[in-house]
Amino acid sequence: MSTSETEYLEGKASEEYEHGWSTDIESETTPKGLSEDIVRYISDRKNEPEWLLDWRLKAYEYFTDLLESGHYPDWAHLDYERPDFQDMHYFSAPKDKANYESLDEVPQEILDTFERLGIPLEEQKALTGVAVDAVMDSVSVATTFKEKLKEKGVIFKSFGEAARDHPVIVRQHLGSVVPYTDNLYAALNSAVFSDGSFVYVPEGVECPMELSTYFRMNEKGTGQFERTLIVAEPGAYVSYLEGCTAPMRKETQLHAAVVELIAHEDSEIKYSTIQNWYPGDEEGNGGIYNLVTKRGICKGDNSKISWTQLETGSAVTQKYPSVILAGDDTVGEFYSVAFTKGHQQADTGTKMQHIGKDTKSTIISKGISADVADNSYRGLVKVGKNADDARNFSQCDSMLLGPDCGAHTYPYIESANPSAQIEHEATTSKVGEDQMFYCHQRGLGEEEALKLIVNGFCKEILQELPMEFAVEAKELLAIELEGSVG
Amino acid sequence: MALLEIENLHAGVEDEDIKILNGVDLTLDTGQLHAIMGPNGSGKSTLAAVLAGREEYEVLEGEILFQGEDLLELEPEERAEEGIFLAFQYPVELPGVSMTNFLKEAVNSVREARGQDELSSADFLKYMREKASLVDIDADLTKRSVNEGFSGGEKKRNEIFQLAMLQPKLAILDETDSGLDIDALQNVSNGVNKLWNEERGFLVITHYERILQYITPDRVHVMLDGEIVHSGDQELAHKLEEKGYDWIREEAAAAAA
Ligand SMILES: Nc1ncnc2c1ncn2[C@@H]1O[C@H](COP(=O)(O)OP(=O)(O)O)[C@@H](O)[C@H]1O
Ligand SMILES: [Mg+2]
Repeated sequence: MSTSETEYLEGKASEEYEHGWSTDIESETTPKGLSEDIVRYISDRKNEPEWLLDWRLKAYEYFTDLLESGHYPDWAHLDYERPDFQDMHYFSAPKDKANYESLDEVPQEILDTFERLGIPLEEQKALTGVAVDAVMDSVSVATTFKEKLKEKGVIFKSFGEAARDHPVIVRQHLGSVVPYTDNLYAALNSAVFSDGSFVYVPEGVECPMELSTYFRMNEKGTGQFERTLIVAEPGAYVSYLEGCTAPMRKETQLHAAVVELIAHEDSEIKYSTIQNWYPGDEEGNGGIYNLVTKRGICKGDNSKISWTQLETGSAVTQKYPSVILAGDDTVGEFYSVAFTKGHQQADTGTKMQHIGKDTKSTIISKGISADVADNSYRGLVKVGKNADDARNFSQCDSMLLGPDCGAHTYPYIESANPSAQIEHEATTSKVGEDQMFYCHQRGLGEEEALKLIVNGFCKEILQELPMEFAVEAKELLAIELEGSVG
Repeated sequence: MALLEIENLHAGVEDEDIKILNGVDLTLDTGQLHAIMGPNGSGKSTLAAVLAGREEYEVLEGEILFQGEDLLELEPEERAEEGIFLAFQYPVELPGVSMTNFLKEAVNSVREARGQDELSSADFLKYMREKASLVDIDADLTKRSVNEGFSGGEKKRNEIFQLAMLQPKLAILDETDSGLDIDALQNVSNGVNKLWNEERGFLVITHYERILQYITPDRVHVMLDGEIVHSGDQELAHKLEEKGYDWIREEAAAAAA
């Protein structure tokens, strides 16, 4: 524990939404609106193989069908205007679109931006064990640690590169967990995804470092559609962290990502997210719509997928990182903290689908709301008829920081196998006056007390995050708590 | 100048129109230890809470001077910083908040207010170990979450440990002795005796005379229906133990008539 923690947090306290700026790199942007031409343009710009263009076009067609027949996924406990899909841009790239061989070639402005985001690539290269595939808008601008990963045979690239360099693996897995027919936003993403990350860990390899990607939306009105695909071959292990910030914007921005994880026999994928996008202003204007489809499949026996998320940003969040437990003895985990304040709304949770025998899932969800925010947990535990001795434990705790915010829990259980053991616990607590007074009596002010109590509430989740991000996570919570007090 | 002067203190719960304290007078000098005894519901905890600044209670009349200054002006955390410590009758659990982290924040916040430097991590840990051994508590306690899953005795002993850590000028113990077995009672009493010095005053609220066999108070006060109706020396405590509170009640009634 560092002495300066409190001081540091207090420094943070005085900051407005920290990453509210935009760089003035000139960018190249397609006109507003979505059409087959736009889809072709994106694919062309990225020098994509024919099969990928075909796939995009099918997805586009499917998307248009859904849209025309009014198939919006708006069943969640969320209240927001449907995005106008013809009123946004679908592609933008920094003008200098070369793929850089080294950091020296990256324009200084971009490097400065990352610096402010707290991702000093130079330093990271030298100091940490974290490889950063930094994505700015749609084109990868820098990738580090490639050499070290190459030694182990780990592939960690931008999606676009991977599609060109490893067409067989990418083609085999793309859409295999989240098909474009999954939902409206998955279809949209499949049609227009601009970039994202691809990770492949070969058989028996333990990825030697945390892999992390920072996404950043930098173009006015630009929708952002990342595509992430992670494949762990038998016996492989990989831990991946996605952390996000976005500049302050007046108009609403749509973020519809798709993440697919594939775990083969005896492998493990740990996927962590810190999401800190612009939540809109105090009146509830603007902010990011974060409508994401994340799903993993434990394909081989004994494999494991673990989702950990800290969601503090966005105006609207709708996401259910899920696990299909197909193999026998597979394990699925979901650890989540969702913090909503102001006018933020979150409807998040998970789906654990038990198919194999002796499969096990754990769900721990912590929802915190302040002001007039609304926070829902929605989780489905589904046990198939052949999933003998499946086990699930779910725990959903909500904490309310004021009288006007909301917390809701929607647990669904569908079991077709009588041997299943499913346990669900849910609690809702208000930060007690007793707890606050106890802290005050020991000399702690309102904010310090609340930080301690909230961090304590989230401890189980924060400790699931990779070490170096746990601190960042605490900071984020601290920033979130500013102005939620009193 | 007295450490604490309570004059004609009336307090209650505003919303519910309940009056609990009906004119408490009490003066405590630095270096002294006073016991406050009284039957259940007589207002002892309310007095402690009002001293610590709990918002639930409203002061209707009277004043409290702490080191000559108006205490009622201050927020609860400011009172803590000024040197008021309350050992809670029912210590509160803070799930997931480690004792170490909690105490570090508390100690540094109080130190800062008193014009002392923050302790470095290393110094803090050393200081914490020292105090743990002074009041004889298991250092493992400091690795756990604040009061979470602590036994009744552990919670009470933990309050004394926090007292040792925060070095207050005035320590108020609200029935810290209640529900303790003899070993824990001795442990708590030893802690108090070690921490009691010329620079510090104690208000020990208790229900039983038992603890006063280990701690010798300068004064014993009896509280009844929100008033201090009788004060005396340790003899008074013995008498209460033997005869109960009825005679005090009668005496008070007679005086009022
Ligand atoms: N917050 C409150 N609201 C209503 N009544 C209260 C409250 N706090 C204390 N009381 C009442 O005031 C009286 C004194 O309580 P307390 O100070 O806890 O007594 P003691 O500690 O001497 O047992 C009791 O009758 C109790 O029920
Ligand atoms: Mg009491």
